[in-house]
Parts: sequence; C-alpha cells; structure tokens
Amino acid sequence: MSSILAAVDYGGPWELPPIGELFNFPVIPGTENWGIFAVNRVSLMLLTSTIMLCAFFYVAFVKPRIVPNRIQSLAESIVDFIRNGIVLEIIGPKGLKYVPLLTCFFVFIFLNNLFKLTPGIMLPTTSRIHVAGLLAVIVWLVYIGAGIKEQGFLHYFKETLVPPAPKMILPILVPIEFISNLILRPFTLMVRLFANMVAGHILVVITLITIHAFLVWGPGLPVGIFALVISPLVFGFELFIIGLQAYIFTMLAAVYISSSLNPAH
Amino acid sequence: MEGSINVIGYGLATLGPAIGLGILIGKALESMARQPEAAGMVRTSMFIGIAVVEALALLGFVLAFAL
Repeated sequence: MSSILAAVDYGGPWELPPIGELFNFPVIPGTENWGIFAVNRVSLMLLTSTIMLCAFFYVAFVKPRIVPNRIQSLAESIVDFIRNGIVLEIIGPKGLKYVPLLTCFFVFIFLNNLFKLTPGIMLPTTSRIHVAGLLAVIVWLVYIGAGIKEQGFLHYFKETLVPPAPKMILPILVPIEFISNLILRPFTLMVRLFANMVAGHILVVITLITIHAFLVWGPGLPVGIFALVISPLVFGFELFIIGLQAYIFTMLAAVYISSSLNPAH
Repeated sequence: MEGSINVIGYGLATLGPAIGLGILIGKALESMARQPEAAGMVRTSMFIGIAVVEALALLGFVLAFAL
C-alpha cells in the first residue's frame, strides 16, 4: 500500500498506479533461490490462511461438547449451513461425503476474500489467477472422478457428451457438449471468482486513492468529501460480494458434482 | 483524448447480461411472492441461473484487459 500512496501525492494530481503494481509483489529477500517455493506476499497469505483455518477447526472440534461453547457453535453453524443449505438441497443424501470438501472450499474462499477488507492487508489472494485456477481444477477433478466412480468410465462420458438427439445433428452437438461440460465449467468457475475479486480490489483502491488525493483544502474538496461519505457503502457492497462469491463457488461445485452423481436420463 | 477502446467494448458487452439478469431476478422474485413456500428452491435455481448469465459479463471483463 505504501508504494501506491507514494504514486499519488497528498493533495497531488489523481492518477491510478499501473495495474500490475496492485497485484504483483516481489519475492521476499532470502528466498530467491528456492525455485518454485520462493515466498512472496501472496503465498505467505495463503499459508497463513491455511494455518488459521486449521487452528480454528482444531480448537472448535478437538473436544466436542454437547452444549457447545462459542467457537464450537460458530464452526457447527458453518458446517450445518453447508450440509443442510447446499448439499442436502442440491445433491441429496448421496452427497453427504462431499460435505468436508465443500466446507473447506467455502471457508478457504471466504477467508481469502475477506483479506480484501482486512486493514493492513487489503489484498484478496483469490485475485491472483493461480489461486482461483487451482480451486477450479480441484472441482473439475472431483466431479469427473465422482461421475466415473458412480456410473463407470464409458457410461459417464456417454452421458456427458452425447445428448439424446437425432443422429443427424450429433456431430454439432457433441463438440458443444464437450466444450460446455468439460472446459467451460471449470473456466467460468475460475474466471468468476478471479474477475469479481480483481474488480472489487480496483474499486477499493480507487476509493481510497480518491480520498487520499482530494480530502485537502482546495477546489477538489467536494470530491474528497463525497468519496469519504460513500466509502462505507463501497466497503459494505464488497463485503456482500465476498460472501456471495464464496457461496456461489461452493454451490456451483455442488451442482456439478450433483450432475455427475444423479444423471438426468 | 486517449484511452483504450476495449472499455467501450466492455460497456457494450454488459448490456446483454444486464437485461438477462433483470429478467431472471424479476421472474424469480415474482414466483417467490406467489409461492413463498417454494422460496428456497427458487433461490437456489436463481443463483445457478445468475452464475450462468454472469459468465458472459465476466468473460467480457477479462477479455477487455487481456486483448
């Protein structure tokens, strides 16, 4: 954040820093020689969020009690929301063994999105495409694997790729089904999360830079006051988007797994 | 005047998904108001529909930066 603030003088000309400066971070000194394990700010945040989530669920469920304390009841309500609100409603009782996976997706995406509004961090890790892409690849492998395990290899791909239609138009329909079911599904999962987080991060940065540049005595003061007044609205909207994207990612993963487990015909 | 024409293209590309989302959410609200007991099912289907429609707008957003 400090390099971004240096780009705009206090009360100076308004200018958005280059877009790469918002999302690219240098490798932390001392780890340059570690190859693919080199640590930068984003991987440090991913590691921290994983440790935080493990600690949270360990503390919540290490000694489960019949009358739950605060942490346990919070964790229980999250799991209960995934189990009853998503899995049982979309997949049905057959999908209960996917509750742990979907819970992990939900809390991981929610926490990593929440970094966008955490003071002192202000960067969603899911706005880097490798994070969103890896999550989408996991969903892709899980729903194809579930379909093959449930229906058998040949039957699953016949079910997915060959719709019930006259033989004449199959040469057109099969490529469309292939692209939409096996390529576009993980791609849109990835792009939806990534693009929402990138847009939200740019919006937050623009709001903060506007306040920083215009909230001084001068002709631009009304703009600064306006930006200051609407900034809670912007942050509230971003909080809504954070929860919604975590929910939609989890729910679409459940829908794709459901389409593998419960073939339509 | 300087700038990228990609921005205009993205502005045009949001029109279709905007109309689609308007119709979709309006119809969902209408059906929820008619049958409040089916609200949960309608809401789930609405989010799935939103996700599908929104994909077009997001593709436009990404391609505006990428191309």
